[in-house]
Amino acid sequence: MYTEIILEHYKNPANFGSLPNATVESYDENPICGDKIKMQLKVNQNKIRDVRFDGDGCAICIAAASMLTSHIKGMKLSDVKKLSKKDVFKLLGIELTPIRIKCALLSLKVLKMALVSYLSEKRNTDWNSL
Amino acid sequence: MKIKNDFPILKRKMNGKNLVYLDSAATSMKPSVVINALKEFYENYNANVQRGIYQLSQEATEKHEEARSKIAKFIGAKEKEIIFTRNATESMNLLMQAFALHKLKKDDEIVSSVMEHHSNILPWQFWAKISGGKLNFVDIKNDGVLKMSDYSKIVNKNTKLITVTHVSNVLGTINDVKEISKIAHDKGIAIHVDGAQSVPHMPIDVKKLGIDFLSVSGHKMLGPTGIGFLYASEEMQENMEPFMYGGEMNKEVNLKDAKWNDSPWKWEAGTPAIAEAIALGAAIDYLNKIGMKNVRKHEEEIVKYALKKLGEIEGLKLFGPHDVIIKGAVFSFLLDKIHSHDIAQVLDKEGIAVRSGRMCAEPLLKRLGVSNVARASFYMYNDKDDVDKLAQGLNKIRGVFKLE
Repeated sequence: MYTEIILEHYKNPANFGSLPNATVESYDENPICGDKIKMQLKVNQNKIRDVRFDGDGCAICIAAASMLTSHIKGMKLSDVKKLSKKDVFKLLGIELTPIRIKCALLSLKVLKMALVSYLSEKRNTDWNSL
Repeated sequence: MKIKNDFPILKRKMNGKNLVYLDSAATSMKPSVVINALKEFYENYNANVQRGIYQLSQEATEKHEEARSKIAKFIGAKEKEIIFTRNATESMNLLMQAFALHKLKKDDEIVSSVMEHHSNILPWQFWAKISGGKLNFVDIKNDGVLKMSDYSKIVNKNTKLITVTHVSNVLGTINDVKEISKIAHDKGIAIHVDGAQSVPHMPIDVKKLGIDFLSVSGHKMLGPTGIGFLYASEEMQENMEPFMYGGEMNKEVNLKDAKWNDSPWKWEAGTPAIAEAIALGAAIDYLNKIGMKNVRKHEEEIVKYALKKLGEIEGLKLFGPHDVIIKGAVFSFLLDKIHSHDIAQVLDKEGIAVRSGRMCAEPLLKRLGVSNVARASFYMYNDKDDVDKLAQGLNKIRGVFKLE
C-alpha cells in the first residue's frame, strides 16, 4: 500500500497551504479516525484556476488530497462534477481495504462540497443580477 | 504457550504470519470452553427462561441463574445485585435511565472525568440535558493520572453521583477507586465504576472497593458478545425504577397498571441473551481456574517488559503512566508524525492487530493534544514474544516511512 509515490505525496504534498482570495472553500472530517481536510478553490470562467488544501490525516488521506488537487488544476467545472471514486483510486494506483477507502475519499468529498456551494452561490448571484 | 492453545483463533495465520492479537481492550478472544458452552446450550437445553413449567425451560432457567451466581461470586456481590445487560455501555445507560433520570433533580450534579470512554460521558450529557442538572469533570495530570485534588474542588453538596473508570482504555491508568469511593461516601454520594477494562484483568471485590455500581462487558473477559452486566448494590436498588417494560419484568399486569417483578428481573425485560450469559459463566469458570491474581501478575510482567521495549524505539511517544503498579496492559502511542492508521496498516501486514484512531475517548485525546493514537493492548494469552514482535514491527514502520 505504501508505494514510493504515495509516500512522496504524503511527505511533500502538492498544493498544501492556504490560498489568498479563494473563491470558495469547504471543510470536512472523518469521524472515525479524525482525518481533516480543508480545500480552497479559485474559480474563474467555469474553470479551476488554483487550489490549495490543508489538513491532518494518514498517508492515504494526504496523498489522495495531493494527487487530486494536482489533477483538477485547470479543469472545467463540468469535468470536476463528473469525478468519481474510481478516478481517485486510479490516481492512487493501490488496492485499498474497505476502512481505508474512507481515508482516500475524504478530499473528493470536500472538493464536491466546495463545488456545490460555489454553484449554489453563483446561481443566487446570477438571479440577483437579473 | 499452554494458554494460547485454549484459544482456537490464535492458531490463525494473518498474511502468512502468526496472528499477534493486541486489541483485547476492544474485545478478547474466546477459549474453546466458551465456544462449546454456546453450542451446548442450543444442542441440549435451548428454551426460554422464567416461563415454562416443562423440564427444558427449567434447565435453561437454572443454567441462566447459575451464570448470574458465578458472576456475583466473581466480584463479591449478591446474586440479586447482578443485572444482565448487553455490555458495559448498556449498563451505564441503564444506570442513567433507572437511577439518574428518576432520582436526580435540576440542581443535582454528576462528576465524571476527562479520561472516560464515550459511554461514561454521553449518558450523563443526556441526563444533564433532560433534567437540567450539571455535569462536571475531574482533570488528569500530564502523566495520565487523575488529578485527585480536583474532587475536593468539584464535589459539592449538590453532587449526587461520581462516575469514573477503573482502568483507562487509552492510558492504561489504574485509578484509585477505593480512595474515590471514600471521597464519595464521606459525603453521602453514590459511586459508579466503569469496570470494562479492569474486571477482565485483575481481582475485583465490589464490597472491598466500596462501590455502589459497576459496569462490565462480558466480551472483554473471554465471554461472547451481547452479554454484560451492571452490579447495583441492594441498598442503591431502592433508588432505581424499571427502565424497560415488557415481559419478565412484572408480577401482575392489568390494563391500566402493573406490579414490578423482584430484583434483578425487574430490570431485565424481554427474553435475555440466555446462551451468552451461560457462556459468560463458562468464561468465569476458566478465569477462576487460571486465577485473577495470576492474570494480573502475568500482565504486570508484560507491562514491565513492554515499557522497556517500547521505550527503546526511537521517536515513539507513549501516553499514560510508566509505573507498572498503576498501569494495565494498555499502551497508546504515536511514532514520529506517522498517523495511527498507517502504523496499524503496516503492522497488519506483519500479522499484528492493533487499534488506531480516537479510541472512543475523544475528549481525552483532545486533552492530550492529539487527534488519534495507536493502541496495543494485551491479555492473559499474550506473552513477551508478542511484545518483541510489536517492537520489530514498529521499527519496520520507521523503515517504510524512511525515518532513518
